[in-house]
Order: sequence, then structure tokens, then C-alpha cells
Amino acid sequence: MAVLKVTFTKTNRDKLAQVLWVLNWVSVVTGVTLFSLGLFLKVEIVKRRELMSKEIVSVPNMLICVGLTACAINFLGGKICYDCVDTTKFLRWKLLMLPYIICTFFFTFCILVGALMCYSMRNDLEESLFLGLRDAMRYYKDTDMPGRCYIKRTMDMLQMQFQCCGNGGYRDWFHIQWISNRYLDMTDSEVVERLRSNVEGKYLIDGVPFSCCGLHSLRPCIQHQITNNSAHYNYDYRKEELNLNRRGCRQALLEHYTQIMQSIGLIVLIIWLFEVSVLTGVRYLQTAMENVLRLGDPDSESDGWLLENSIADTARYNFNIIKNLGKCYQVDDDPNIDVPSSSLQAQENVPVKQIPVAR
Amino acid sequence: MLLSCYVFPHQSARVLELHLLSSPSFLHHGDTHVMDNTDIHCVPNTLMIVGLASMGINYFASRICQDALDPGRFPRWKTFLKPYFGCSVFFTTLMLISVILSYAMKGSLETSLKIGLKNGIRFYKDTDTPGRCFQKQTIDHLQMEFQCCGNNDYKDWFEVQWISNRYLDFSSKEVKDCIKSNVDGRYLVDGVPFSCCNPSSPRPCIQYKITNNTAHYNYDHQTEELNIFIRGCREALVNYYMGLMNTIGAVVLSVFLLQSSVLASVRLLQTSMEAVAGQENVEIETEGYLLEKGVKETFMEYVDPVLKLLLLNQVTPPEAKPEAGATGTTTTTS
Repeated sequence: MAVLKVTFTKTNRDKLAQVLWVLNWVSVVTGVTLFSLGLFLKVEIVKRRELMSKEIVSVPNMLICVGLTACAINFLGGKICYDCVDTTKFLRWKLLMLPYIICTFFFTFCILVGALMCYSMRNDLEESLFLGLRDAMRYYKDTDMPGRCYIKRTMDMLQMQFQCCGNGGYRDWFHIQWISNRYLDMTDSEVVERLRSNVEGKYLIDGVPFSCCGLHSLRPCIQHQITNNSAHYNYDYRKEELNLNRRGCRQALLEHYTQIMQSIGLIVLIIWLFEVSVLTGVRYLQTAMENVLRLGDPDSESDGWLLENSIADTARYNFNIIKNLGKCYQVDDDPNIDVPSSSLQAQENVPVKQIPVAR
Repeated sequence: MLLSCYVFPHQSARVLELHLLSSPSFLHHGDTHVMDNTDIHCVPNTLMIVGLASMGINYFASRICQDALDPGRFPRWKTFLKPYFGCSVFFTTLMLISVILSYAMKGSLETSLKIGLKNGIRFYKDTDTPGRCFQKQTIDHLQMEFQCCGNNDYKDWFEVQWISNRYLDFSSKEVKDCIKSNVDGRYLVDGVPFSCCNPSSPRPCIQYKITNNTAHYNYDHQTEELNIFIRGCREALVNYYMGLMNTIGAVVLSVFLLQSSVLASVRLLQTSMEAVAGQENVEIETEGYLLEKGVKETFMEYVDPVLKLLLLNQVTPPEAKPEAGATGTTTTTS
């Protein structure tokens, strides 16, 4: 009662072996693709490390490992399939094939996990970006402190490149002091008044850095006194939509990374399907070759299958093996071994056999 | 005979060349707004044509070499080879000419950029005039991407009114004074657009009253180097394009050398195969040569049919008739 039994003639087996050899080499290429996708993602995340509170390393590392393992496994698979055309060469690989198939099965499972991780990264990323951007905006003015001197540049380049402003929107800049005290004239009455009116002594203004300026605006950029309509001629900040970038940088970065992740996830899913089909082919080839050896005639027809017995039987059989692995030191069931019956339970377990006496 | 193996990988080089060569054309498309005339387009266009032509040339070269392995199949290429070599030499020379042209056009590129940028800066404020409404966006984008300001440098913005009258309060005293003090009645400021601001500056950008040290605390415009971009956009763009041309020039020169060697080898193969044709023993030694006669005679041989074709069209019909009659009489008598 084999699962999905298929009969193979000699030519079919040879053709299957050749096709699988080619497919395994294609899989090596897809493994390299996986590796490079992981590397690309890692580079993208490291590029903006300053804007994230916690660097997300799990997904790119997983993809890199899976890619390298795929190359190795499929390289070995290619060699095996190449040798399968000849029954004498197959004998070399006979013992290795079943463990190889089991390993590959678990490995394809890892690919699937990798693909699903790509889609689940979003929440972690959002949290990380929120905290990272908040800190970056806070340290925007600290261009004289070592370790923070490039945050201004990074933030400005980010806002210009993604056409975004602030964390959630441009108003985030109104709540932090982004102009350093070094450039504030403390003798000026206006500055002193503003500092005094703030509880924490911060110089807050309704202005944004130049990098928030919208490219598509029709008029020269208004970046100071944004909410003050009378400070500028012919200006109403509620109607003026193109003056500053409306989108928040958290939203912009999240969209950017989600797009990358979705594309990578899709490619990894396709690679997973491909790997599963190659694995199925290798399994059929293995069972067909083993049956040929069992029959003795290398040119005869043989059957190939996925599982020898039904799924339930195979599961029960494997479960028993695993159960018995744990029992290898217990000798209760073996009647050949003479166990000194020290306990009553042991005595009861050993059945007393009546030797039939011939009359 | 090993030449056939040598030619096959050449095909992939062709495709790569085509990709490389279409890139300057792609870049030109985005920056055409700041270029006055588009003569410079002839360089990428020529390279693209040459790339396509050389794909064809090398495809045929590989077919010829493949057939050269079999002396029986080679003669069918006989009539094809003369025009083939003519075309190939023409396109290969064109490749070399295009590289020389790309360096020669530097002056023209610089002039056209100068005029284009000048216009761009002049029409920066005209976001309500159709045909000029995208100049502001283009110049802002250009200045941010190439990290430059103005045409020669940032002072170009001081000489142009880049704030439109629509956004000037004419009832304000300051505006009225500024306009009155100017001969042409323009509103000139010592300020630059936001796209001139340098992100690497340690302090928030100072884009207005740049030359006025007292207007800003702890500021000296002569020592402040990182505030706005010092470089002019013309210089930045010319450097960018020349860098691109250098890379492409190097690649095209190496492809030219490769292509010439392939053509020379195919020619040697052809002449040595022709000596074998018709012989019973195909394994004899034969000599191959590049040109049977000297360079000038070979050139005339190729150019003569083309000239004859042109001359035939120029000769007037009545002159031809008595000539034909004269030749007719001479044949009957002999």
C-alpha cells in the first residue's frame, strides 16, 4: 500500500536522474540567490542602523545560512543524481541517500520558516523605527558630541531621499529642540523669553529643518514660523500642502522595508516550492533504484514511491523506533536474558512456562 | 579552427556592451531639461547602433567559424564574405570614432549646460507659467543630487530674482525699498533656495542673508564652508559626465581591440580556407593573409562599386546613348 506509487522503466529512470542532476544545479543557483538576498537585506538594515533602536539580525542571517546550506545540499544532490544513472555507482550512495533525503526535508522546512519570517518582521521593525527615529531627532543638534555627530547628516539625507519629515509627521519637530545652544544668541531677549517660557528650558520653535522642504512646492520653502499665517504673505498653513513633506519618516521607512521584505518573501516561497519538487524527484529516484537492486536486473522496470506503507503505518513505525531508542538499556522484554528477579514486579512479568511433558 | 571557440563568448560581451551604452542615453533623458542643445545625443546613439551591429557581426562570425571546421560547408559563405568584411570594418571604425567623439564633445557639453542652467535659474520662480513650471523642481532636485549650487557657484542666485512676485508683500516697506534700489525693478536677495543647503553642516542651514554676518549669531560667511554647497552645478555635471565617458571609453576601446582581433582572425581563416577549396587533400598547409593587394587598392576596390552607383545617377541620359551606339558599332566591325 505504497503512497503515490509510480512505475519506472530503465529509460525513465535515466531521464529522471539526468533531469534531477540539472535541477540540482539550478537549485545551487537559487541557493546563491537566497544568499545574496539575505546579504542585500543585511546591507539595507546596516545602512540605517542609526535610525533603528534594535537592529533586526534574525531574518537576514537566516536567509544567508539557508542560502549557503542550499548550495551545499544541492551540490551533493547533483553528484548523487549524476551517479544514479549507473547502478554500480549508485551502490556508493545507497546508505547515504535516506539520511540525505530526511535532512533535505527538514531543510526545506527551514526555507519555509525563512519565507514566513520575512512577512512577520513588520511589527518588530515598526517599534524599532519609532524608538530609533525619536532618538535620532533628539540628537539632531548634537553635532559636536562624538558618536552623535553624524546623526544630523543621516536624518537630513533620510528626509530628502524619502521625502518625509519627522517621526509621524512634521509636528514632531515642534516638540524637540533641534537648534543647538551654540548657535543661539543668549543675549537676545526673544531667545531668553522663549527659553524661560518652556518648562524644561528648551528652545522650541514652530519650525523644521531644511530637509523637510517639499520638492514639488510652487513657492520658496517656508520652514520657520510655519503655523503663523501672518508671518508670510499669501500663506495659509492649513491649505498649503506641498510646502513641506507630509509623510512621516517612520511610515516611509516601514513601507520601503516592507516592500523589500515582500519581494524577498515571494522569491523565497517560489524557491521553496522548487526545492520541494526536487526533493520529491530525488525520493522517487532513490526508491526506484533501491527496488532495481532488490530485483537484481538493472534493466527491468521498478516501482518508485514516496512512502512504502501508508502515512499512518510509517508514522507508527517511526514513532516506535523513537520510543525504543529511549528503552535501549531496559531488558524486560527480552526473554533470552536471565534477569535476577529481585523485585516482585519482575517476577510477575516473567511468565512461568510449563514445559509440556510427553506422556 | 580553434577560432570558433574564441568567438562564442564574444556574444555575451556584446549584450553587456549594449546595456552599458544605453545608460548614458537614459541619464541624458532626465537631465535634458538643463541642456540647451542635444547634439551630445549622437555619442550614445552611435554607440547603441554600433553595439547592435556588432551583435550581428559576431553572430555571423561564429557561424562562419563553425562552418570552417567542415571544408565542404565553407564555400557557401563565399559571396557573403566580401560585403560582410566591408560592413564589419566600417562599424568597427565607427566604434573608435565614437570614443574620440565623446571626448571631443566635452566643450559642446559644457556650453550647452551653461546655457541650460542659466535658463533654469532664471525661470526658477515661474512655477505658474506653462512650459516652465517644472524648472523649480528640476533645479532643486539637481542641486540636492549633485550637491551643487547655482551655475558657476552660489553667487549666481544673488543676481536673479528667484522669489516670485506672487509671494512678495508689496505693501511692506522692506520689499518696496529692495525693488526701488534695483535698476530693473527686480527683488534680489543675498539668499539661496533650500536645495543649496549642505546636510553635512553642523548648524541649521542659513539660506537667507548669507553675506550679512550680524544677522546670525556666531557666523562668518567667509569661514563657513559647510553651510551651503560651494561647487557650481555646471562643474559638477561636467565632472559627472566626463567620469562616465572615461569608464565607457575604456570599455569601448577594449571591445574595439577584441572586435578587431576577431575580424582579423576570421579574415585569416577565410583566406586560408579559400586556398583549400577545390583541393583533394584537405589537410595540406595553406597560407592566410589579411589583404591580397595593398591597402589603397583594396580600399578602391570597395569604394568603386559605391562610386559607380552614385556616378550612374549623375550621368545624363542623352550622353549615354551615343556612347552605347559607338560601342555597338565597334562590336559589329570586330
